[in-house]
Amino acid sequence: MPDLGTYAAEVLSAYAVSLVLLVGVIGLSWRRYTRVRADLEKVERDG
Amino acid sequence: MSMWEYANPKRFMGWTAPVLPWSFGLAMACLVVGLVWGFFFTPDDFRQGSTVKIIYLHVPAALMAINAWIMMLVASLIWVVRRHHVSALAARAAAPVGLTMTLIALFTGAIWGQPMWGTYWAWDPRLTSFLILFLFYMGYIALWEAIEDPDTAADLTSVLCMVGSIFAILSRYAVNFWNQGLHQGASLSLDAEENVADVFWIPLLVCIAGFVLLFIALVLMRTRTEIRVRRMRALEARARRA
Repeated sequence: MPDLGTYAAEVLSAYAVSLVLLVGVIGLSWRRYTRVRADLEKVERDG
Repeated sequence: MSMWEYANPKRFMGWTAPVLPWSFGLAMACLVVGLVWGFFFTPDDFRQGSTVKIIYLHVPAALMAINAWIMMLVASLIWVVRRHHVSALAARAAAPVGLTMTLIALFTGAIWGQPMWGTYWAWDPRLTSFLILFLFYMGYIALWEAIEDPDTAADLTSVLCMVGSIFAILSRYAVNFWNQGLHQGASLSLDAEENVADVFWIPLLVCIAGFVLLFIALVLMRTRTEIRVRRMRALEARARRA
């Protein structure tokens, strides 16, 4: 871990907020992608 | 084969299937390398101390927040002129990703601003134009959700997108137009003397590549989802009529 000095809280919180937002948009996009794919397969199967 | 045939939904699903995992994998590789390099292996700035490490998130996110509008504008114009449904769906798919990038830029900017300027927020031209950009994203997404008929929604959101794109360009050049406020000018420049030092610039470039690739991967993924939703609705409507 690098020595962030007096600004450690600012730097770490900037990284934490950004990573949460990035993981959030990736996770939500992936969840909807897999759900819709499964739903469409079901509709196509059931005809 | 005409390039417009790639916008055919079936063809689009075909060529994006192999591209998606590659773009996502490359995005993750660039992000991990760039952020680890920037966070652990770059020195502090002589004036800003360790807060300079925020640049690896703030600048790429701000770049994508603005450039997402350019991509949405091109896709919207293609919809308006040629009525390609995939282009309208791609513009719709890009908005939540651009919104996330705008949020990252706003949050990291506020966190960076506190120790450097002594305040999280100021009604500075760049900050204010970014807040308006955020509101445009919200309005654009809300308009898509509010209108039931997909073609009408695509038409109206295209008009909103054109206005939003003007604001995106304004926010890019806000510092130059209104030469006042706290926010500095562009960190990146072709002029070597104005550009950030190479020790920060190279990992920053890797992070920018990561954000661009992540944007592409997410837009492809979300556009594929929208195409499937559209097909599912068509099949369900056909089944109801039968």
